[in-house]
Amino acid sequence: MTKHKLWRFLFYFLITAAAIVFLIPVYLVLITSLKDPGAINLNSTWQLPKVWYWQSFAEAWDLLAPKFVNSLILTVSATLLSAFFGSMNGYILSKWRFPGANIIFPLMLFGMFIPYQSILIPLFKFLRDTGLYGGLPGLILVHVVYGLPITTLIFRNFYAEIPDDMLEAAKVDGASFFGIYSKIIFPLSISGFVVVIIWQFTQVWNEFLFAVVLTKNNSQPITVALAQLAGGEAVKWNLPMAGAILTALPTLLVYIVLGRYFIRGLLAGSIKG
Amino acid sequence: MIKKDRLTAILMLMPSVILLAIFVYGFIGQTVYTSLTNWGMDPSQALAINPKIKFVGFAMYKELFTGFIDIRFRQDLVNTFFFTIFFIAGCLVLGLGLAFLLDQNLKAEGLYRTIFLLPMSLSFIVTGTIWRWLLQPKGGINMLPSLIGLEPMQSRWLTTREQIWQFNWQDIPQFTGWLIVLVLLWISFSAFRNKNKSRALVAFISLLAIAAWSAFIAPKILILPYPETHGFNIAFVGIIMAAIWQMSGYTMALYLAGLRGIPQALREAASVDGANEWQIYRHVVLPLLKPISLSAMIILGHISLKIFDLIFAMTGADNSTTDVPALLMYLTTFRANQFSKGAAIAVILLIMVAFVIIPYLWTSLRSEVER
Repeated sequence: MTKHKLWRFLFYFLITAAAIVFLIPVYLVLITSLKDPGAINLNSTWQLPKVWYWQSFAEAWDLLAPKFVNSLILTVSATLLSAFFGSMNGYILSKWRFPGANIIFPLMLFGMFIPYQSILIPLFKFLRDTGLYGGLPGLILVHVVYGLPITTLIFRNFYAEIPDDMLEAAKVDGASFFGIYSKIIFPLSISGFVVVIIWQFTQVWNEFLFAVVLTKNNSQPITVALAQLAGGEAVKWNLPMAGAILTALPTLLVYIVLGRYFIRGLLAGSIKG
Repeated sequence: MIKKDRLTAILMLMPSVILLAIFVYGFIGQTVYTSLTNWGMDPSQALAINPKIKFVGFAMYKELFTGFIDIRFRQDLVNTFFFTIFFIAGCLVLGLGLAFLLDQNLKAEGLYRTIFLLPMSLSFIVTGTIWRWLLQPKGGINMLPSLIGLEPMQSRWLTTREQIWQFNWQDIPQFTGWLIVLVLLWISFSAFRNKNKSRALVAFISLLAIAAWSAFIAPKILILPYPETHGFNIAFVGIIMAAIWQMSGYTMALYLAGLRGIPQALREAASVDGANEWQIYRHVVLPLLKPISLSAMIILGHISLKIFDLIFAMTGADNSTTDVPALLMYLTTFRANQFSKGAAIAVILLIMVAFVIIPYLWTSLRSEVER
């Protein structure tokens, strides 16, 4: 029994140590962002601020607010659109199987794994030729298209759990394609939507490559603005740290409030749902 | 009625299929074509409205692998190789360890899990910004020991130019040969153990042939006219740490889901047979987690091949010591306007990712059909 207790103690010790190590960066970000820039020096890096200085957040917000709004517009539109199309595709691919579906689906899925560098030059040309380059609508389109594979995958696996008998019964009663979707599938897929929306929200909000290549200054998402804010050489670190917190806040909140669904999206990304 | 609905279904799927056909396969095709031209290599033509573009075959690829100027690309490949190995190994070991601890019915398990997964919800740009500050040579992590009265560490982290495990790029054909020999040795050995004599023999004979080739012919192949050393850039250590901090929660979640999926009855049965706690893990649980390790390796592997934003945020796009192909593609294409060379790098990147992903898609979707 004592040996058992010793092991338990060791487990608690190890996991607490790991948690502390994981939280060290978080601690440093918080205290740095709350220090007077004059009080940030390398020797006192780890000490709590003597005076709580909230000004950095106000300054960072002034700089980042327009980009924050850009990111919000981008993320909400791209997420809702790709979730809707994903749900439709998942419904069709799991409940309206047609010849060739088994070939189309993997070909669609491959799109979520490609390095986006491999489509970036033609994409750039395409957006420039259609006049969409540099603005938010173009970036929304890009995120919707490249979000389709993952949203389709999650919904397809989700709908596979709904028994076909239910649909057959509805078909016998004369329900049509859209009737079945709106009366049976959609009401049952609320938690599927939550998973997909959280996943896409996080992905689009955090994305950087498309954002840096395809936008102009006034349509930049927040990740690009943060990279610029922190990128200079002689920066005062309070500002980038406050900026990092502002950038992280939306996804962090979603994660803390709806973590369970976040993890389900995470696991769905490895194909076998 | 059903027939009409079936048509509606196909019509509703079409927009997505068409969009992906164009945006994925059409654009990949265009990138491949661009990589076979010289678009942008003549600066006066690069940004012209109707640039004069010549078809030059595989010239860009040849330059990347053997050209004098493109030594940076070859070092990038080496960087990606080392980054991938350490990143995957770190995430797997740490993720498995954390999942094992969380599986012990500890109190406040949910809180711990939340902490370990927290970095997963952040952007690589946020992580990069934070870790850049943590890894300042005269502050951050280096100052941690001073909290308990020790001397501060002196590591230069991201700014060091030190390189270890150096090798000569000219030796690559030999290395490849010996690597194949090792794989064949393993195939031959396992075939021998499974009493498949003919397969063992075939593998062994091809092994000897390739060993002879590696020993005598490969050293004479000169892919470069002069020796060129590459190695592991120490500056990557900090980037690997940041990447593991961000992604090990993911492997933890995968392993934890796997552990929870193992029927309790199976463990109890082993326990009835007299296995102790450790033996149960070693002989029952770990073998069942193997497929999860494989999935995790593939997902992490393709992430690490594509890694871009983390390094961009930590050391900037222009730092040649911490460069990777994904970053070089961005610089070559959008800063230097050498579109064809950028396209060639992108295609090489795609081929590397495809090598990892296509077998994975293939097997996991096939096993799904069989189910």
